[in-house]
Amino acid sequence: MLEPSILTASLVHGLANGAVYALVALGLSLVYGVLHIINFAHGALLMAALYGVYFLVERLGLDPYAAIPILVPAAGAAGYLLHRWVVAKASRGREEAVLLVTLGIALVLENLAVALFRSDTRTIETGWAFAMVAVGPALLPAAKLAAAAGALLAVALLWALVRATDLGRAIRAVAKDREAARLVGIDVEHVFALAFAIGTATLGAAACLLLPTYYVSPQVGHGFVLIAFTIVVLGGMGSFWGAFWGGLLIGVVESLGGLFLGESLGQIGIFAIFIATLLLRPTGLFGRAV
Amino acid sequence: MRPLAPIGLFALLALPLPWLTGSGTVLNLATMVLMLATLGQAWNLLGGMAGQFSFGHAAFFGTGAYATAILQIRLGLDAWTGFATAVLAAVAMGALVGFASFRFRLRGSYFALVTLAFAEVARILANSLEITGAGVGLLLPLAPGLDRLQFTDKAGYYWFALVLCTAGLLIAARIRDTRLGARLAAVRENEEAARALGVDAFAVKMQAIVWSAGLAGAVGAFYTQLFLYLDPHIAFGPQVSVEALLGPIVGGTGSIWGPLLGAAVLQLLGEATRALTGGVTGANLVAYGIVLVLIVRFFPDGMIGLGRPRALDARGVSG
Repeated sequence: MLEPSILTASLVHGLANGAVYALVALGLSLVYGVLHIINFAHGALLMAALYGVYFLVERLGLDPYAAIPILVPAAGAAGYLLHRWVVAKASRGREEAVLLVTLGIALVLENLAVALFRSDTRTIETGWAFAMVAVGPALLPAAKLAAAAGALLAVALLWALVRATDLGRAIRAVAKDREAARLVGIDVEHVFALAFAIGTATLGAAACLLLPTYYVSPQVGHGFVLIAFTIVVLGGMGSFWGAFWGGLLIGVVESLGGLFLGESLGQIGIFAIFIATLLLRPTGLFGRAV
Repeated sequence: MRPLAPIGLFALLALPLPWLTGSGTVLNLATMVLMLATLGQAWNLLGGMAGQFSFGHAAFFGTGAYATAILQIRLGLDAWTGFATAVLAAVAMGALVGFASFRFRLRGSYFALVTLAFAEVARILANSLEITGAGVGLLLPLAPGLDRLQFTDKAGYYWFALVLCTAGLLIAARIRDTRLGARLAAVRENEEAARALGVDAFAVKMQAIVWSAGLAGAVGAFYTQLFLYLDPHIAFGPQVSVEALLGPIVGGTGSIWGPLLGAAVLQLLGEATRALTGGVTGANLVAYGIVLVLIVRFFPDGMIGLGRPRALDARGVSG
């Protein structure tokens, strides 16, 4: 029944999606790794970033990729302020409070979008986005390939940022032991907000890469939230490469699930992995024991 | 045991509302408040009393809602059997989610995530299976009558909701005043310490989630009777889970009256925003989100805790 070429094509599609998922999940994972908080607003922030790209493209006639240098710093700045003024102030470090506060932020963002833009699904026209490129047996839209390549580049840059800069060293120090970091003179609250900002900045990049082959609607974040959580949990909360490999794996699972079970039921595979990981190995495949 | 008089008084005072107001709008609003208060109470039994924050109460609400709808439509059974089955089905769902989560000692954020995932799985299944009507949903035939639990006037639904809300208050009071309540409080405050003192944390959390799920399932069945229509998003969508926790968080999780207070405040706030914005879709939920953040920031014990000394936070700093 199933030709191998269809299977390979599905794999390639899954990997291409997975690269962008990995980028989205890395933002979430970084925030968890450093701040030990679960940011429920991650999907809503991605949605906001997607609207940002949409209006830059539609109103200013920018190319979605040319929007990256605008949107990444803008999303980062928004994330910094959001953490300093809202998340940190309201939650004061309590786990449940963080869940509730970020849920509140998601509610506000999502429904502001409903109020302002209604629930319409919007797409952008780029002309070339759906030009097909052959990758092995798979035909991929050019923009999807570009998104995957861009996401891999962004992951590499993020890795360099965490590993090879002073900021990265401060972030890793705070992630490891915040009190010790405070003692050696690191402004921990500032680093917290910066980590949160990097998390939202990755969403800015992801939004620019996604929109040419995707759409934006007020609820668009929902799907990504659970996918990103699945990846982060699968890879091990806070693990960089765990989130990366997890992203690729989930992309493939989604793609194969869709192939075998159909678009709607195919999502089950992701949640089955999510629940199984949470139950059997909550530290993830790559995570250290807590 | 503390007297149940306040609950009786509440039921007695709320009973004559349909005779006092001729306004259908007021009665609708009151019915919604009672319905959401009961859903909030269900959440409170687990989230407030046991300290296990669920982000997926839609799983229980939706199971109840679909159970009665399927029984009535597919098997032609009466609504009372449907209602009872709905509660049992939700209890089974609660036992499943609880067993899976608590057996593996998931708590805090992990528990919130796994409940969210269970609700999503349920939504996807309801969206794909034939018995649930897939994406099209299920429509109950209009057939007023007590055996069908359908009423021609709004008062019938109001009293139905009042019965549920009172039942929720009684369950909450009963749990609070028995050993189960004390054990749940011990687990909530410090699970390790509770275990060390001989509390079977798994067993008491299972009891909490089963009560919680059953009550949420009853609310789901009530929803089916009231609106006679269900689809996967209405029954299992994330907004149900959010509605379930908003009321108790805003009202106060420490008290059996918190969910009712929260539901009333939120519904009135929703009406006010609708009036102020001229009915812009989503405006009420924006207001809910802002209130949620403000409550967590300034009144972590909810509105009902306004008069009390504030609890200490993680760093031991008062409010």
